[in-house]
Amino acid sequence: MASRYTPEEKVKLARDPGRPGTADFIEHLFTDFFEQRGDRLCREDGSILGGIARFHGRPVTVIGHRKGKTLEENLRCNFGMPGPEGYRKAQRLMRQAEKFGRPIFTFVDTPGAYPGKEAEERGQGEAIAQCLALMSTLEVPVISVITGEGNSGGALALAVANRVLMLEHAVYAVLSPEGFASILWKDSARSGEACGVMKLTAQDLRRSGIVQGVLREPEGGAHTDWEATYRTVDAALRKELAALDKHRGSLAQQRYQLFRAMGQGLSPAGKEEP
Amino acid sequence: MNRIFSQRRDRLLTYQAMREGRITAGTRTPCPACGKESSGLDWSRSLQVCPHCGFHCPMGAYYRLSTILDPGSFQELEEKLAPADPLSFPDYPEKLAGLEQSTGLKDAAVGAVGKIEEHRAVFVVMDSRFLMGSMSTAVGEKVTRCVEYAGKKKLPLIIFSASGGARMQEGIFSLMQMAKTAAAIQRFQSRGGLYISCLTHPTTGGVTASFASLGDIMLAEPGALIGFAGPRVIEQTIGEKLPEGFQRAEYLLDHGFLDEIVTRDQWRAVLARLLALHERG
Repeated sequence: MASRYTPEEKVKLARDPGRPGTADFIEHLFTDFFEQRGDRLCREDGSILGGIARFHGRPVTVIGHRKGKTLEENLRCNFGMPGPEGYRKAQRLMRQAEKFGRPIFTFVDTPGAYPGKEAEERGQGEAIAQCLALMSTLEVPVISVITGEGNSGGALALAVANRVLMLEHAVYAVLSPEGFASILWKDSARSGEACGVMKLTAQDLRRSGIVQGVLREPEGGAHTDWEATYRTVDAALRKELAALDKHRGSLAQQRYQLFRAMGQGLSPAGKEEP
Repeated sequence: MNRIFSQRRDRLLTYQAMREGRITAGTRTPCPACGKESSGLDWSRSLQVCPHCGFHCPMGAYYRLSTILDPGSFQELEEKLAPADPLSFPDYPEKLAGLEQSTGLKDAAVGAVGKIEEHRAVFVVMDSRFLMGSMSTAVGEKVTRCVEYAGKKKLPLIIFSASGGARMQEGIFSLMQMAKTAAAIQRFQSRGGLYISCLTHPTTGGVTASFASLGDIMLAEPGALIGFAGPRVIEQTIGEKLPEGFQRAEYLLDHGFLDEIVTRDQWRAVLARLLALHERG
């Protein structure tokens, strides 16, 4: 899939507020959605939306980052930047999915985990680490779709899946290009240049095996034709779920191996023992 | 101007020497935290802890291991594992080569098997001299292989973290190391393995948000900065100054994220005791 857009243009597209978000995907791809709130420890974090729903009749768990559409919603969802409570809510929902044998779908769209005072106070790092550890053990199928921007550990915390899919113009990176340029070159204004070197496009990531599938967007991007985008994502989720269903019993192992292999082949020296 | 640069260079060279524990007895060196000078002899006697304010100066990985392990018990693991350049990032290979030359390290972590008071364990020690101890694919791979080795040999695992977070030059490949290491730790622990996580100054970003936060026992050095986001980023985001002591080890202890704070001269004793408490049959 050759791309007509530069990586910098893709970052802009990925952030377009007109793109369908997690709430939209849940509304149009699932039925009977029952939202589950709260981490049972401290508070409800609106930047992560999750609950039980039916996918073509079958009960599943859906979880995703929620940015909100209006300014009021944005503020309530903290612009899609979760705190530890959001990640702990996600863990709670995933444990339940595991208990009841429900497949898990996650929708990733976040500028990153929130760098705030209270987030640190309540263990942002620990919450993300626990998400990663938990996801690696789940025996139910887990499918993630990166729908907009997926930045940093805040995105990865919901994306330790058996299959990670990306919309054609979505981006997935270690950090926002602005943050990247600011750390490496002490100059966030060089973010355009950062986009070029970060290899954050769906096409780059498919090539390097970080994601397993790229979902074509309508001409002009997902925001120009929501219905077409839903059809594409729906078809991909059905296909991937059917494929994973055949491997019940070995899904935790398959997921472990998928992430175990990341970067393994890159280091020149092989395994050795004293 | 030149004089300022040369002073700065001298100071950096001295800190490097401190981290490696090779300061000559006579040199008087100021503490990076309080600025008060101590002699090289006093710095080495205190294991690079400031005799005036107690600041635990970052220390090199081999030097730290030498202060913790029983003499002669050190065997390095995966020492040939070297970093790669997955993004073909401009000037990165040259940077890696230069650091290997100046530090003697292949990357920011050293793996080892060794003993503390006769208790055998697997160790990973991060070294902040190498690109701020950032997590490259090689660091992630080394941590993972050492965890797997500990699992296979049924040995306890002790990791000393010190890291600025992800290795930017390796982009998404660095990010993936968080999932890989967290999964490896989880698997090791679910099979009965003991993991003691020791946090040293500074431990932030992707390392905090993966293997460093998953210890069965969580320990830290006094005053160590530990967090996900760095203080500068937080201050920029919330538009206010952070209180004194924010994200320091003592603060984490108060907020329930640590079991204990361990001063540098106590590591051997504390780790030996914990290893003994977990000895089977």
